[in-house]
Amino acid sequence: MTQQEMICICCPIGCNLSVEKIDGVIRVTGNKCPRGKAYAEQELLNPERIVTTTVKLTGGLYPVIPVKTGRPIPKTKIFEVMDILSNVEITVPVHIGDVVVKNILDTGVDVVITKNDMGGEYERS
Amino acid sequence: MTKQYDLVVIGGGPAGMAAALSAKQHGVENILILERDKELGGILNQCIHNGFGVHHFKEELTGPEYSARFITEIQKTSIEIMLDTMVLKIDNHRQIHAISPNHGYMVLKSKAIILAMGCRERTRGAIRIYGSRPSGIYTAGTAQRLININGYMPGKEIVILGSGDIGLVMARRMTLEGAQVKMVLELQSRSNGTLRNIVQCLEDYHIPLYLNHTIVQIHGKNRVEGVTIAKVDENLAPIKASYQYIPCDTLLLSVGLIPENEISKSARVKLDSRTRGPFVGELRQTNIPGIFACGNVLHVHDVVDFVSEEAALAGYGAARYIRGQFDTTITHQTINGEGVTYVLPQTMNIYHIEDTCNLYLRVNKPYGRCQIEAWIGNTLIASKREIRCLPSEMINFKIRKEAIVGSSDLRPAQAIDQQPTQIIVKIVGMDRDPSLP
Ligand SMILES: Cc1cc2nc3c(=O)[nH]c(=O)nc-3n(C[C@H](O)[C@H](O)[C@H](O)COP(=O)(O)OP(=O)(O)OC[C@H]3O[C@@H](n4cnc5c(N)ncnc54)[C@H](O)[C@@H]3O)c2cc1C
Ligand code: SF4
Repeated sequence: MTQQEMICICCPIGCNLSVEKIDGVIRVTGNKCPRGKAYAEQELLNPERIVTTTVKLTGGLYPVIPVKTGRPIPKTKIFEVMDILSNVEITVPVHIGDVVVKNILDTGVDVVITKNDMGGEYERS
Repeated sequence: MTKQYDLVVIGGGPAGMAAALSAKQHGVENILILERDKELGGILNQCIHNGFGVHHFKEELTGPEYSARFITEIQKTSIEIMLDTMVLKIDNHRQIHAISPNHGYMVLKSKAIILAMGCRERTRGAIRIYGSRPSGIYTAGTAQRLININGYMPGKEIVILGSGDIGLVMARRMTLEGAQVKMVLELQSRSNGTLRNIVQCLEDYHIPLYLNHTIVQIHGKNRVEGVTIAKVDENLAPIKASYQYIPCDTLLLSVGLIPENEISKSARVKLDSRTRGPFVGELRQTNIPGIFACGNVLHVHDVVDFVSEEAALAGYGAARYIRGQFDTTITHQTINGEGVTYVLPQTMNIYHIEDTCNLYLRVNKPYGRCQIEAWIGNTLIASKREIRCLPSEMINFKIRKEAIVGSSDLRPAQAIDQQPTQIIVKIVGMDRDPSLP
C-alpha cells in the first residue's frame, strides 16, 4: 500500500488530497472535482515535469541560451537530463524549436531551444 | 542630435512592445522604442521557466518564447528600435534625453510618449538586516539574470528570504544547477507565491519553507558565511529564543518589486502612493497630456498576459492623442472601498470606452468566497464572484459601459465644472475559508 498527501494545483482552490493505492486500486479523497482525482493519480503513478534550463552557446549575444523539454518528462529523470545538458555546446544561429538533444534518455521527448539568436546583428539602428 | 517622432516608447519589455504594436495597428507611423538592454524582451529574457501566455496565447510558453512572439511581430513593421540606449530624463518640454554608445547624447521630440520601464526589485537597504556587507547577497532577479543569461552561478549554499514567485523559481533553478538551497524564509504566515510554484519548485526538491521567519543577521567579512534566522511573533518581531545560525555562502532576497519611476518623476507625472506608479485613466493616460504608462511601471503585475492587454490600451490611447482625438475630461473616478488596496485605472473618461472597462485591483487581505462589487451611489453596477482572493493575485474585473452610464449624471464632455462621478469598488466576504490564516 502506498499513501501520499498532496495539494491539487489544477485550480486556485488547492484542495488537500490524500491518495492511497490498495491492491492496485487508487483511491483519492479530499478533491472537490474530478480534475483533482486525475491529478492525484498522475502524481502518484507517474509525475512529470517540463524541465527548463540553459546550454552553452558559442558566438551568441550571451554565453548561454535557454532550452526546455518539448513535453513533460518523468520527474525521476530531471537530474539526469540536467547532467546531459550541462555538457551540450552549440553554435549560433539558433532558433526557437531547434532540437538540441533528440529523444533524451529514451523518453521520446526532444530538448528544444526557446530563444532566437542569429549571431552578429543585434543593432537595428 | 534632435529627432522628431510621433511616438516614443521607453522600455522594450512586453509592455513596450505590445504598446508599440497596438499604436502601429491604430495607424501611428513614426514609432521608436528605446531599450537600455542589448535586446528586446525585458525581464522575460531571464524568466526561462514555462507558464507564460496561458491567457494571451492559450498555451504555456517560457518567458523568452513569449517575448519572441512580440519581437517577431515588431520586426515585420517599420517600428524603429534603439538598443543599448538609456533614457535619462524627460524634460519640461516633454523632450526625451537619452544616451547610447552609437549615438551619444540624444534629445528626442515626440508627439506622444509611452512609459514602459518595468519595475525593479527591492534591495537589501529597503529591508534592513543587521550585519556586515559581504559579497554573496543578491536579489533573486539578479541571480536569475546571472545564471540564465550570463551563465554564471553566484553560489553553492543558498538561503532565500522571501517566498514570492521569483524566489521560488530561483530555489528550483539553483537546485537544478547543483547548488544546495537550504531553505526559503517567509516573514508572513503564508507564501505570496502560487501554489503551483510551491509544489513544483520547493516540494519537488524537498526544500523547506519556513513561514513566520526572517533573517536577523548576516555573517561574514568578505563573503557571506552564514545567516542568523529567527521566528517572528504576531507583530513580526523576531523571537530571541528561536535564533538559529545557518551556514551559507549566498543569500537571495525576493522581497518585492517597485515600479521604476525615476523618469516618470522627471516628467512631473503624478504618482499614486498605493501602486507606486502613475495615476492613470482608462487608456493609461497620465496627468501630463501625451504621456501614457503601462506594464510594471504602472503597477506590479504578476501575470505578463495582463501586461500585454494593458499595453494595447496605452498604444490605442497614444494613437488617439496623436490624431488629436483625445479628450482629457475625467468623468469618473474609482475609489477603494472595503477590502481593496488599489484599483486601476484611477480615473475614467467614459467617452473613450467602447463597451467594457477592465479594472485591475488587489485585495488587502486573504478572502475565501467573496464578491467583488462596483457601486455608483446606491446602485450596484457590476459584481463578480470569486472562490478565493489573495493580496498577491491581481484581480481582473470588467464593468459594462452601459451600467456605468445608466447610473451616472453625465453632462456634455466639455462641462468644466463637472465633478467626476465616483465608482466605489469593494469586496464583500461570503464566508471565511478555514484553510486561510
Ligand atoms: C525578476 C523578475 C522575475 C519575474 N518573473 C515573472 C514570472 O515568472 N512570471 C510572470 O508572469 N511575471 C514575472 N515577472 C513579472 C514581469 O516583470 C512582468 O510580467 C512583465 O515582464 C512586465 O513587463 P514590462 O514590459 O512592464 O517590464 P519589463 O519586462 O521589466 O521591461 C521593462 C524594460 O524597460 C527597460 N528600461 C527600463 N528603464 C529604462 C531606461 N531608463 N531606458 C531604456 N530602457 C529602460 C528595461 O531594460 C526593460 O527591458 C517577473 C519580474 C521580475 C522583476
Ligand atoms: S480538486 Fe478540483 S476543485 Fe480541488 S483544487 Fe483540484 S481542480 Fe480545484
